[in-house]
Amino acid sequence: MDNINLDRVDSSFKKELASQPGGETISACFTCRTCTASCPITAVNDKFNPLRIIRMALYGLKEEVLTSDFIWLCSTCYACQERCPQGVSITEFMTLLKNLAVKEGNMPTGIRAQRDTIKGEGRIYPIDDFDNKKRAKVALPAIPTSCNVVEKLFPPVRN
Amino acid sequence: MKYAFFLGCTIPARSRNYELSARKVAEKLGIELIDVEEFICCGFPMKASDYKSAEIMGAYNLCLAQEKNLDICVLCSSCASQLTEVAHSLSEDGPDREQINDELSRAGLKYGGGVKVRHFARVLLEDIGVEKIKEHFIKDLSDLKTAIHYGCHYLKPSEIYDGFDDVENPKSIETLVALTGARVIDYPGKKRCCGGPVLPVDENVALSVAKEKLDDIVDAGADAMCLVCPFCSVMYDDNQKSIESEFGTDYNLPVLYLTQILGLAMGFGRKELGLNINVVKTKKLLSKYLD
Repeated sequence: MDNINLDRVDSSFKKELASQPGGETISACFTCRTCTASCPITAVNDKFNPLRIIRMALYGLKEEVLTSDFIWLCSTCYACQERCPQGVSITEFMTLLKNLAVKEGNMPTGIRAQRDTIKGEGRIYPIDDFDNKKRAKVALPAIPTSCNVVEKLFPPVRN
Repeated sequence: MKYAFFLGCTIPARSRNYELSARKVAEKLGIELIDVEEFICCGFPMKASDYKSAEIMGAYNLCLAQEKNLDICVLCSSCASQLTEVAHSLSEDGPDREQINDELSRAGLKYGGGVKVRHFARVLLEDIGVEKIKEHFIKDLSDLKTAIHYGCHYLKPSEIYDGFDDVENPKSIETLVALTGARVIDYPGKKRCCGGPVLPVDENVALSVAKEKLDDIVDAGADAMCLVCPFCSVMYDDNQKSIESEFGTDYNLPVLYLTQILGLAMGFGRKELGLNINVVKTKKLLSKYLD
Protein backbone atom coordinates (compact mmCIF):
# COMPACT_ATOMS: atom_id res chain seq x y z
CA MET A 1 0.00 0.00 0.00
CA ASP A 2 1.20 3.55 -0.77
CA ASN A 3 2.22 5.92 1.97
CA ILE A 4 -0.50 8.15 3.28
CA ASN A 5 -0.50 11.40 1.31
CA LEU A 6 -1.41 14.25 3.62
CA ASP A 7 -1.76 16.74 0.77
CA ARG A 8 -5.17 15.38 0.02
CA VAL A 9 -6.86 15.95 3.35
CA ASP A 10 -10.42 17.06 3.79
CA SER A 11 -10.38 18.70 7.21
CA SER A 12 -14.16 18.60 7.55
CA PHE A 13 -14.36 14.79 7.15
CA LYS A 14 -13.76 14.18 10.87
CA LYS A 15 -16.70 16.42 11.76
CA GLU A 16 -18.88 14.85 9.09
CA LEU A 17 -18.16 11.41 10.57
CA ALA A 18 -18.65 12.47 14.19
CA SER A 19 -22.15 13.75 13.42
CA GLN A 20 -23.46 10.41 12.12
CA PRO A 21 -24.44 7.12 13.80
CA GLY A 22 -21.30 5.03 14.19
CA GLY A 23 -19.00 8.04 14.07
CA GLU A 24 -19.81 9.72 17.39
CA THR A 25 -17.05 8.05 19.40
CA ILE A 26 -14.27 8.03 16.83
CA SER A 27 -12.21 10.93 18.22
CA ALA A 28 -11.61 8.96 21.42
CA CYS A 29 -9.19 6.60 19.60
CA PHE A 30 -5.76 6.81 21.24
CA THR A 31 -4.09 4.48 18.71
CA CYS A 32 -3.42 1.58 21.06
CA ARG A 33 -3.85 -0.94 18.22
CA THR A 34 -6.05 -3.33 20.21
CA CYS A 35 -8.47 -3.32 17.25
CA THR A 36 -5.88 -4.44 14.74
CA ALA A 37 -4.44 -7.01 17.13
CA SER A 38 -7.93 -8.49 17.63
CA CYS A 39 -8.95 -8.50 13.97
CA PRO A 40 -9.42 -11.93 12.30
CA ILE A 41 -9.21 -10.32 8.86
CA THR A 42 -5.89 -8.55 9.52
CA ALA A 43 -4.60 -11.93 10.67
CA VAL A 44 -5.03 -13.35 7.17
CA ASN A 45 -4.65 -10.21 5.03
CA ASP A 46 -2.92 -7.03 6.19
CA LYS A 47 -4.65 -4.99 3.51
CA PHE A 48 -7.32 -4.60 6.15
CA ASN A 49 -6.14 -2.77 9.25
CA PRO A 50 -8.79 -1.12 11.43
CA LEU A 51 -6.42 1.27 13.20
CA ARG A 52 -5.00 2.47 9.89
CA ILE A 53 -8.51 3.09 8.56
CA ILE A 54 -9.47 5.04 11.69
CA ARG A 55 -6.32 7.17 11.46
CA MET A 56 -6.80 7.79 7.74
CA ALA A 57 -10.37 8.91 8.37
CA LEU A 58 -9.35 11.17 11.25
CA TYR A 59 -6.60 12.73 9.13
CA GLY A 60 -9.30 13.59 6.61
CA LEU A 61 -8.31 11.24 3.81
CA LYS A 62 -11.90 11.05 2.72
CA GLU A 63 -11.46 10.12 -0.90
CA GLU A 64 -8.81 7.49 -0.25
CA VAL A 65 -10.94 5.83 2.40
CA LEU A 66 -14.25 5.97 0.56
CA THR A 67 -12.86 4.68 -2.73
CA SER A 68 -10.79 1.94 -1.08
CA ASP A 69 -11.41 -1.79 -1.44
CA PHE A 70 -10.23 -2.47 2.07
CA ILE A 71 -13.10 -0.94 4.08
CA TRP A 72 -15.27 -3.70 2.61
CA LEU A 73 -13.17 -6.43 4.19
CA CYS A 74 -14.54 -5.75 7.69
CA SER A 75 -16.52 -8.87 8.63
CA THR A 76 -18.45 -7.02 11.37
CA CYS A 77 -17.32 -9.56 13.98
CA TYR A 78 -17.17 -6.90 16.72
CA ALA A 79 -13.91 -8.28 18.20
CA CYS A 80 -12.36 -4.79 17.99
CA GLN A 81 -15.39 -2.93 19.28
CA GLU A 82 -15.81 -5.24 22.28
CA ARG A 83 -12.17 -4.77 23.27
CA CYS A 84 -11.60 -1.08 22.52
CA PRO A 85 -10.45 0.48 25.82
CA GLN A 86 -11.72 3.86 24.64
CA GLY A 87 -15.23 2.67 23.86
CA VAL A 88 -14.98 3.46 20.17
CA SER A 89 -17.78 1.77 18.20
CA ILE A 90 -15.31 0.53 15.60
CA THR A 91 -17.60 -1.96 13.87
CA GLU A 92 -20.38 0.63 13.58
CA PHE A 93 -17.76 3.07 12.30
CA MET A 94 -16.76 0.67 9.52
CA THR A 95 -20.44 0.34 8.62
CA LEU A 96 -20.70 4.13 8.45
CA LEU A 97 -17.70 4.30 6.10
CA LYS A 98 -19.23 1.64 3.84
CA ASN A 99 -22.56 3.47 3.80
CA LEU A 100 -20.82 6.75 2.88
CA ALA A 101 -18.84 5.00 0.16
CA VAL A 102 -22.11 3.72 -1.32
CA LYS A 103 -23.51 7.27 -1.32
CA GLU A 104 -20.44 8.29 -3.36
CA GLY A 105 -21.17 5.47 -5.79
CA ASN A 106 -18.51 3.00 -4.58
CA MET A 107 -19.46 -0.55 -3.66
CA PRO A 108 -18.26 -4.06 -4.52
CA THR A 109 -20.37 -5.93 -7.07
CA GLY A 110 -21.27 -8.63 -4.56
CA ILE A 111 -22.63 -6.11 -2.06
CA ARG A 112 -24.59 -4.33 -4.79
CA ALA A 113 -26.08 -7.64 -5.88
CA GLN A 114 -27.12 -8.42 -2.30
CA ARG A 115 -28.77 -5.03 -1.91
CA ASP A 116 -30.63 -5.27 -5.20
CA THR A 117 -31.86 -8.80 -4.52
CA ILE A 118 -33.12 -7.90 -1.06
CA LYS A 119 -34.79 -4.68 -2.18
CA GLY A 120 -36.44 -6.52 -5.06
CA GLU A 121 -37.35 -9.84 -3.51
CA GLY A 122 -37.40 -9.20 0.23
CA ARG A 123 -34.88 -12.01 0.74
CA ILE A 124 -31.25 -12.57 0.01
CA TYR A 125 -32.00 -16.10 -1.22
CA PRO A 126 -35.40 -15.89 -2.91
CA ILE A 127 -37.44 -19.07 -2.63
CA ASP A 128 -38.76 -20.76 -5.77
CA ASP A 129 -41.10 -23.69 -6.36
CA PHE A 130 -38.18 -26.10 -6.45
CA ASP A 131 -37.12 -24.99 -2.95
CA ASN A 132 -40.67 -25.44 -1.72
CA LYS A 133 -40.77 -28.93 -3.25
CA LYS A 134 -37.65 -29.85 -1.31
CA ARG A 135 -39.21 -28.35 1.80
CA ALA A 136 -42.47 -30.22 1.30
CA LYS A 137 -40.56 -33.49 0.93
CA VAL A 138 -39.37 -33.18 4.53
CA ALA A 139 -42.70 -31.77 5.75
CA LEU A 140 -41.49 -28.20 6.16
CA PRO A 141 -44.06 -25.45 5.46
CA ALA A 142 -43.94 -23.56 2.16
CA ILE A 143 -42.30 -20.12 2.04
CA PRO A 144 -43.88 -17.39 -0.15
CA THR A 145 -42.11 -17.15 -3.53
CA SER A 146 -42.83 -13.45 -3.92
CA CYS A 147 -42.89 -10.42 -1.67
CA ASN A 148 -44.95 -7.31 -2.36
CA VAL A 149 -44.22 -5.32 0.75
CA VAL A 150 -40.70 -4.28 -0.33
CA GLU A 151 -42.25 -2.05 -3.01
CA LYS A 152 -44.03 -0.16 -0.27
CA LEU A 153 -41.08 -0.08 2.10
CA PHE A 154 -38.65 1.02 -0.61
CA PRO A 155 -40.41 3.13 -3.22
CA PRO A 156 -38.19 3.59 -6.31
CA VAL A 157 -37.02 7.07 -5.29
CA ARG A 158 -34.91 5.61 -2.45
CA ASN A 159 -32.64 3.84 -4.90
CA MET B 1 -44.53 -21.12 25.45
CA LYS B 2 -45.13 -19.56 22.09
CA TYR B 3 -42.90 -17.52 19.80
CA ALA B 4 -42.99 -16.04 16.33
CA PHE B 5 -40.45 -18.22 14.51
CA PHE B 6 -38.08 -16.10 12.47
CA LEU B 7 -36.26 -18.22 9.89
CA GLY B 8 -34.56 -15.46 7.91
CA CYS B 9 -33.22 -16.10 4.40
CA THR B 10 -30.39 -18.62 4.68
CA ILE B 11 -32.24 -21.29 6.66
CA PRO B 12 -35.24 -22.00 4.39
CA ALA B 13 -33.04 -21.94 1.29
CA ARG B 14 -29.83 -23.61 2.46
CA SER B 15 -30.17 -25.07 5.98
CA ARG B 16 -33.20 -27.32 6.11
CA ASN B 17 -31.20 -29.54 8.48
CA TYR B 18 -31.08 -26.75 11.05
CA GLU B 19 -34.76 -25.96 10.66
CA LEU B 20 -35.84 -29.61 10.86
CA SER B 21 -33.80 -30.35 13.97
CA ALA B 22 -34.84 -27.12 15.72
CA ARG B 23 -38.51 -27.86 15.09
CA LYS B 24 -38.10 -31.38 16.48
CA VAL B 25 -36.29 -30.19 19.61
CA ALA B 26 -38.83 -27.42 20.14
CA GLU B 27 -41.75 -29.78 19.81
CA LYS B 28 -40.24 -32.19 22.31
CA LEU B 29 -39.78 -29.37 24.83
CA GLY B 30 -43.26 -27.94 24.36
CA ILE B 31 -42.08 -24.81 22.58
CA GLU B 32 -44.64 -23.63 20.06
CA LEU B 33 -43.00 -22.00 17.05
CA ILE B 34 -45.49 -19.95 15.05
CA ASP B 35 -44.63 -19.53 11.37
CA VAL B 36 -45.20 -16.02 10.04
CA GLU B 37 -45.38 -16.15 6.24
CA GLU B 38 -44.98 -12.40 5.83
CA PHE B 39 -41.56 -12.18 7.51
CA ILE B 40 -38.89 -10.82 5.18
CA CYS B 41 -35.08 -10.55 5.42
CA CYS B 42 -34.00 -9.18 8.81
CA GLY B 43 -31.97 -6.49 7.05
CA PHE B 44 -28.54 -7.65 8.21
CA PRO B 45 -27.02 -8.11 4.73
CA MET B 46 -28.19 -4.57 3.82
CA LYS B 47 -26.41 -2.88 6.70
CA ALA B 48 -23.13 -2.51 4.84
CA SER B 49 -24.72 -0.70 1.92
CA ASP B 50 -27.70 1.04 3.49
CA TYR B 51 -28.05 1.08 7.24
CA LYS B 52 -31.40 2.87 7.19
CA SER B 53 -33.07 0.40 4.84
CA ALA B 54 -31.76 -2.45 6.98
CA GLU B 55 -33.37 -0.86 10.00
CA ILE B 56 -36.68 -0.48 8.15
CA MET B 57 -36.67 -4.19 7.26
CA GLY B 58 -35.91 -5.17 10.84
CA ALA B 59 -38.68 -2.91 12.11
CA TYR B 60 -41.17 -4.32 9.61
CA ASN B 61 -40.54 -7.80 10.99
CA LEU B 62 -40.89 -6.60 14.58
CA CYS B 63 -44.27 -5.10 13.64
CA LEU B 64 -45.50 -8.48 12.38
CA ALA B 65 -44.59 -10.11 15.70
CA GLN B 66 -46.19 -7.22 17.57
CA GLU B 67 -49.46 -7.71 15.64
CA LYS B 68 -49.52 -11.32 16.84
CA ASN B 69 -48.53 -10.29 20.33
CA LEU B 70 -45.55 -12.66 20.27
CA ASP B 71 -41.87 -12.42 21.06
CA ILE B 72 -39.47 -13.63 18.38
CA CYS B 73 -37.33 -16.76 18.44
CA VAL B 74 -34.49 -16.79 15.91
CA LEU B 75 -32.19 -19.56 14.64
CA CYS B 76 -29.68 -17.37 12.79
CA SER B 77 -27.20 -15.32 14.79
CA SER B 78 -27.09 -12.47 12.28
CA CYS B 79 -30.89 -12.20 12.35
CA ALA B 80 -30.72 -12.26 16.16
CA SER B 81 -28.31 -9.37 16.30
CA GLN B 82 -30.01 -7.29 13.62
CA LEU B 83 -33.53 -7.67 15.04
CA THR B 84 -32.34 -7.15 18.63
CA GLU B 85 -30.45 -4.03 17.62
CA VAL B 86 -33.46 -2.61 15.81
CA ALA B 87 -35.68 -3.43 18.79
CA HIS B 88 -33.28 -1.35 20.92
CA SER B 89 -33.19 1.59 18.51
CA LEU B 90 -36.98 1.55 18.37
CA SER B 91 -37.60 1.13 22.08
CA GLU B 92 -39.50 3.83 23.94
CA ASP B 93 -36.44 6.00 24.51
CA GLY B 94 -34.61 4.70 21.41
CA PRO B 95 -33.28 7.24 18.91
CA ASP B 96 -34.98 6.06 15.74
CA ARG B 97 -38.55 5.16 16.54
CA GLU B 98 -40.28 8.20 15.10
CA GLN B 99 -38.28 8.29 11.87
CA ILE B 100 -38.66 4.57 11.20
CA ASN B 101 -42.37 4.68 11.98
CA ASP B 102 -42.74 7.35 9.30
CA GLU B 103 -41.19 4.92 6.82
CA LEU B 104 -43.33 2.02 8.03
CA SER B 105 -46.51 4.04 7.58
CA ARG B 106 -46.20 3.38 3.82
CA ALA B 107 -46.95 -0.24 4.65
CA GLY B 108 -49.66 0.79 7.10
CA LEU B 109 -47.62 -0.26 10.14
CA LYS B 110 -46.39 1.33 13.32
CA TYR B 111 -44.04 -0.18 15.88
CA GLY B 112 -44.98 0.42 19.50
CA GLY B 113 -42.07 -1.38 21.14
CA GLY B 114 -41.92 -4.35 23.46
CA VAL B 115 -41.12 -7.28 21.14
CA LYS B 116 -38.29 -9.34 22.61
CA VAL B 117 -35.93 -11.11 20.22
CA ARG B 118 -33.90 -14.11 21.31
CA HIS B 119 -31.83 -16.84 19.74
CA PHE B 120 -33.22 -20.38 20.08
CA ALA B 121 -30.29 -21.41 22.31
CA ARG B 122 -31.07 -18.54 24.64
CA VAL B 123 -34.75 -19.48 24.76
CA LEU B 124 -33.71 -23.02 25.74
CA LEU B 125 -31.54 -21.78 28.59
CA GLU B 126 -33.78 -19.00 29.86
CA ASP B 127 -37.30 -20.27 29.28
CA ILE B 128 -36.93 -24.06 29.50
CA GLY B 129 -33.88 -24.52 31.68
CA VAL B 130 -31.22 -27.22 31.78
CA GLU B 131 -33.04 -29.52 34.18
CA LYS B 132 -36.13 -29.78 32.04
CA ILE B 133 -34.11 -30.23 28.86
CA LYS B 134 -32.14 -33.09 30.42
CA GLU B 135 -35.35 -34.94 31.31
CA HIS B 136 -35.92 -35.50 27.60
CA PHE B 137 -32.55 -37.09 26.87
CA ILE B 138 -32.51 -40.84 26.33
CA LYS B 139 -29.07 -41.24 24.76
CA ASP B 140 -25.64 -40.54 26.15
CA LEU B 141 -23.29 -38.90 23.65
CA SER B 142 -20.18 -39.21 25.81
CA ASP B 143 -17.99 -40.57 23.00
CA LEU B 144 -18.55 -37.46 20.90
CA LYS B 145 -15.82 -34.80 21.05
CA THR B 146 -17.20 -31.46 19.92
CA ALA B 147 -15.59 -28.09 19.31
CA ILE B 148 -18.03 -25.23 19.86
CA HIS B 149 -18.07 -22.31 17.46
CA TYR B 150 -20.01 -19.42 19.01
CA GLY B 151 -19.65 -17.11 16.03
CA CYS B 152 -19.99 -13.37 16.41
CA HIS B 153 -23.51 -12.06 16.28
CA TYR B 154 -24.90 -14.64 18.69
CA LEU B 155 -23.06 -12.70 21.42
CA LYS B 156 -22.16 -9.35 19.93
CA PRO B 157 -22.48 -6.41 20.13
CA SER B 158 -22.80 -7.25 23.83
CA GLU B 159 -24.51 -3.94 24.60
CA ILE B 160 -27.73 -5.16 22.95
CA TYR B 161 -27.81 -8.57 24.67
CA ASP B 162 -28.45 -7.48 28.27
CA GLY B 163 -25.64 -9.48 29.83
CA PHE B 164 -26.51 -12.81 28.17
CA ASP B 165 -23.28 -14.87 28.28
CA ASP B 166 -19.73 -13.48 28.32
CA VAL B 167 -18.23 -12.36 25.01
CA GLU B 168 -14.65 -13.17 26.02
CA ASN B 169 -15.48 -16.41 27.82
CA PRO B 170 -18.77 -17.72 26.48
CA LYS B 171 -20.41 -20.74 28.13
CA SER B 172 -24.03 -20.95 26.96
CA ILE B 173 -23.64 -23.39 24.08
CA GLU B 174 -21.24 -25.72 25.85
CA THR B 175 -23.62 -25.75 28.81
CA LEU B 176 -26.27 -27.18 26.50
CA VAL B 177 -23.93 -29.57 24.68
CA ALA B 178 -22.46 -30.89 27.94
CA LEU B 179 -25.97 -31.91 29.05
CA THR B 180 -25.91 -34.62 26.39
CA GLY B 181 -22.73 -36.11 27.81
CA ALA B 182 -20.74 -35.03 24.76
CA ARG B 183 -17.25 -33.76 25.48
CA VAL B 184 -16.43 -30.15 24.73
CA ILE B 185 -12.93 -29.69 23.33
CA ASP B 186 -11.27 -26.34 23.86
CA TYR B 187 -9.14 -24.91 21.03
CA PRO B 188 -7.23 -21.74 20.24
CA GLY B 189 -9.13 -19.19 18.20
CA LYS B 190 -12.46 -20.31 19.61
CA LYS B 191 -13.83 -16.77 19.39
CA ARG B 192 -12.71 -16.23 15.80
CA CYS B 193 -15.27 -15.14 13.21
CA CYS B 194 -16.27 -17.55 10.38
CA GLY B 195 -15.47 -14.92 7.74
CA GLY B 196 -18.94 -15.25 6.19
CA PRO B 197 -19.83 -11.58 5.73
CA VAL B 198 -16.69 -11.09 3.61
CA LEU B 199 -17.69 -13.86 1.18
CA PRO B 200 -19.47 -11.52 -1.30
CA VAL B 201 -16.46 -9.14 -1.24
CA ASP B 202 -13.37 -11.36 -1.30
CA GLU B 203 -13.82 -15.10 -1.31
CA ASN B 204 -10.17 -15.85 -0.65
CA VAL B 205 -10.08 -13.71 2.49
CA ALA B 206 -13.32 -15.24 3.76
CA LEU B 207 -12.13 -18.81 3.18
CA SER B 208 -8.73 -18.01 4.76
CA VAL B 209 -10.47 -16.91 7.96
CA ALA B 210 -12.60 -20.07 8.02
CA LYS B 211 -9.54 -22.23 7.34
CA GLU B 212 -7.73 -20.98 10.46
CA LYS B 213 -10.51 -22.30 12.66
CA LEU B 214 -10.78 -25.66 10.89
CA ASP B 215 -7.01 -26.09 11.37
CA ASP B 216 -7.28 -25.30 15.09
CA ILE B 217 -10.22 -27.62 15.66
CA VAL B 218 -8.71 -30.60 13.87
CA ASP B 219 -5.40 -30.06 15.71
CA ALA B 220 -7.25 -30.03 19.03
CA GLY B 221 -8.64 -33.49 18.26
CA ALA B 222 -12.37 -32.77 18.02
CA ASP B 223 -14.58 -35.13 15.95
CA ALA B 224 -17.16 -32.51 15.06
CA MET B 225 -17.93 -28.86 15.19
CA CYS B 226 -21.06 -27.51 16.86
CA LEU B 227 -22.59 -24.20 15.83
CA VAL B 228 -25.76 -22.12 16.01
CA CYS B 229 -25.78 -19.99 12.85
CA PRO B 230 -26.62 -21.06 9.27
CA PHE B 231 -24.10 -18.72 7.74
CA CYS B 232 -21.29 -20.05 9.89
CA SER B 233 -22.36 -23.45 8.59
CA VAL B 234 -22.16 -22.22 5.00
CA MET B 235 -18.51 -21.36 5.72
CA TYR B 236 -17.51 -24.54 7.54
CA ASP B 237 -19.81 -27.21 6.10
CA ASP B 238 -20.83 -26.04 2.58
CA ASN B 239 -17.40 -24.53 1.88
CA GLN B 240 -15.20 -27.09 3.63
CA LYS B 241 -14.39 -28.82 0.34
CA SER B 242 -13.49 -25.50 -1.31
CA ILE B 243 -11.19 -24.66 1.58
CA GLU B 244 -9.55 -28.06 1.31
CA SER B 245 -8.90 -27.67 -2.40
CA GLU B 246 -7.88 -23.98 -2.16
CA PHE B 247 -5.34 -24.57 0.61
CA GLY B 248 -4.41 -28.21 0.08
CA THR B 249 -5.74 -29.32 3.45
CA ASP B 250 -7.85 -32.28 4.52
CA TYR B 251 -10.35 -32.00 7.36
CA ASN B 252 -13.39 -34.16 6.78
CA LEU B 253 -14.83 -32.55 9.90
CA PRO B 254 -18.60 -32.96 10.38
CA VAL B 255 -20.32 -29.68 11.22
CA LEU B 256 -23.37 -30.14 13.43
CA TYR B 257 -25.99 -27.70 14.58
CA LEU B 258 -26.57 -27.50 18.32
CA THR B 259 -30.14 -28.64 17.63
CA GLN B 260 -28.90 -31.77 15.84
CA ILE B 261 -26.78 -32.70 18.87
CA LEU B 262 -29.66 -32.10 21.29
CA GLY B 263 -31.98 -34.02 18.96
CA LEU B 264 -29.61 -37.00 18.89
CA ALA B 265 -29.67 -37.15 22.68
CA MET B 266 -33.47 -36.99 22.53
CA GLY B 267 -33.47 -40.09 20.33
CA PHE B 268 -34.55 -38.56 17.02
CA GLY B 269 -33.47 -40.27 13.81
CA ARG B 270 -31.07 -39.27 11.08
CA LYS B 271 -33.66 -37.89 8.67
CA GLU B 272 -35.74 -36.29 11.40
CA LEU B 273 -32.69 -34.18 12.27
CA GLY B 274 -31.71 -33.56 8.64
CA LEU B 275 -28.33 -35.22 9.24
CA ASN B 276 -28.54 -36.63 5.71
CA ILE B 277 -28.55 -33.02 4.42
CA ASN B 278 -25.25 -32.04 6.08
CA VAL B 279 -22.56 -31.59 3.45
CA VAL B 280 -19.68 -33.25 5.31
CA LYS B 281 -20.94 -36.76 5.96
CA THR B 282 -21.99 -37.53 9.52
CA LYS B 283 -23.02 -41.17 9.19
CA LYS B 284 -19.81 -42.81 10.36
CA LEU B 285 -19.37 -40.51 13.32
CA LEU B 286 -22.96 -40.70 14.52
CA SER B 287 -24.13 -44.21 13.59
CA LYS B 288 -23.74 -45.48 17.17
CA TYR B 289 -26.26 -42.87 18.36
CA LEU B 290 -28.80 -43.70 15.70
CA ASP B 291 -31.08 -46.74 15.72
